[in-house]
Amino acid sequence: MIRPDGRRLDGRRPDEIRELKIKIGILENADGSAYVEQGNTKIYAAVYGPREVHPRHLALPNRAIIRCRYHMTPFAVEERKSPAPTRREIELSKVIREALTPAIIVEHFPFSAIDVFIEVINADGSTRCASIIAASVALASAGIPMRDLVAACSVGKINGVLVLDVTDIEDKYGEVDMPFAMMPNKNEITLLQLDGVLSLEEIEKAISMATKACKEIYEKQKSALKEKYIELRKAVEESAKT
Amino acid sequence: MPIYVKDWDLVVPGEVLAEGDYVAGPYVYKEGNKLLATTIGIVESKRGVIRVVPLQGPYIPKVGDVVIGIVIDYLPTAYVLDINSSYKAILQATEVLPFQKNALAEDLSKYLDVGDVVICKIVRFDKYSDVVVSCKGRELGKVVDGRLIKVSPAKIPRLIGRKGSMINLIKKETGCKIVIGQNGFIWIKGKDPGSEVLAEKVIRKIAEEAHVSGLTQRVQLMLQLEKGVDV
Repeated sequence: MIRPDGRRLDGRRPDEIRELKIKIGILENADGSAYVEQGNTKIYAAVYGPREVHPRHLALPNRAIIRCRYHMTPFAVEERKSPAPTRREIELSKVIREALTPAIIVEHFPFSAIDVFIEVINADGSTRCASIIAASVALASAGIPMRDLVAACSVGKINGVLVLDVTDIEDKYGEVDMPFAMMPNKNEITLLQLDGVLSLEEIEKAISMATKACKEIYEKQKSALKEKYIELRKAVEESAKT
Repeated sequence: MPIYVKDWDLVVPGEVLAEGDYVAGPYVYKEGNKLLATTIGIVESKRGVIRVVPLQGPYIPKVGDVVIGIVIDYLPTAYVLDINSSYKAILQATEVLPFQKNALAEDLSKYLDVGDVVICKIVRFDKYSDVVVSCKGRELGKVVDGRLIKVSPAKIPRLIGRKGSMINLIKKETGCKIVIGQNGFIWIKGKDPGSEVLAEKVIRKIAEEAHVSGLTQRVQLMLQLEKGVDV
């Protein structure tokens, strides 16, 4: 799994993340949307709201509720996946919701709901981390007040080496997969799961690696959010000159 | 106490704007010594107060706001209005019915039907009740003609301009009657369809370019070009 020259199967160094592409505002009918491409992992996220809660009894008098649905399309994986929500998808919906909630200022919208829909178009490892990246950018592009963006990255261990941003093969045949999400400016961890066994020193190293990667991802999220407006600003200034 | 941004800078949620003895304005929050933005928007700082003007976002009702609502339902003595927010608005039927009519005995759809557009003002909004609106007053009430357009509620302050400068410019140049609802709905009524189309075009341009400085000059130029006047 690790080549003799210390590189991984796809030629990355252990502490290198895959190429990350983020676009906002691609779904016209959503209040906010984002598309994230991390290597071969491709994800759409759509945000609606704050809007009225149905059924009404779910509404809370002091804050908005966040509803999150993580869904994998049948063609996202090698063997067709049934479109019905599986145990795994229900669990991922929950952990993604809990990773996003601390960042959103829910107290501003009592009796309301904010809906996040995540659709995995192609899965190649780290889909929950890519989903969190997409969802937090989509929330920000919808103009929902947030304390910070949420960046996410996974850490794996293959052949005894800690690696960043695991792919599908590395996840399946490696020893460890540790998804990690944080708010980079507040320095708070919002998601930390561990599948496998790591020693205490390894966990500490893994967290510091993931923190570094999250800061890098955060810069990309930031520029993706600004890009649309900066381009428009440039275009307007150009046309004003002529 | 350093400040990391300047006016007109574009910021995203969580960006650190300044550190130290500054006051957090709208869409800014303070954590310890740091001031952070909470939404995507443009920075404005004045006399130690830092605020972010949002570029996108939902409408949050405020008492005194003029809003444009669409009737979606009736209750026994009231109408329910959609005001493009996560809260519905309630309009008491007595405000619409002729004097001394009993709302319970009347067929409410005779006065306002589902789909009707009403310009109204928010009179009450608190934690414990729905938004309550009134349609009694100057320029308020049901509208039957003109056109209704929808823009993002976050762009409304730019559309109005400082002390109404922008909207007065459009009104003057196009000769249209325009009512801006704070919730993002705008009602336009002109003498002829042409001027209504022009007003709509200008409003859409403002909504799109709200975050670029020098907006007033561009709008003036556009209005003059559209009207066929040599500049």
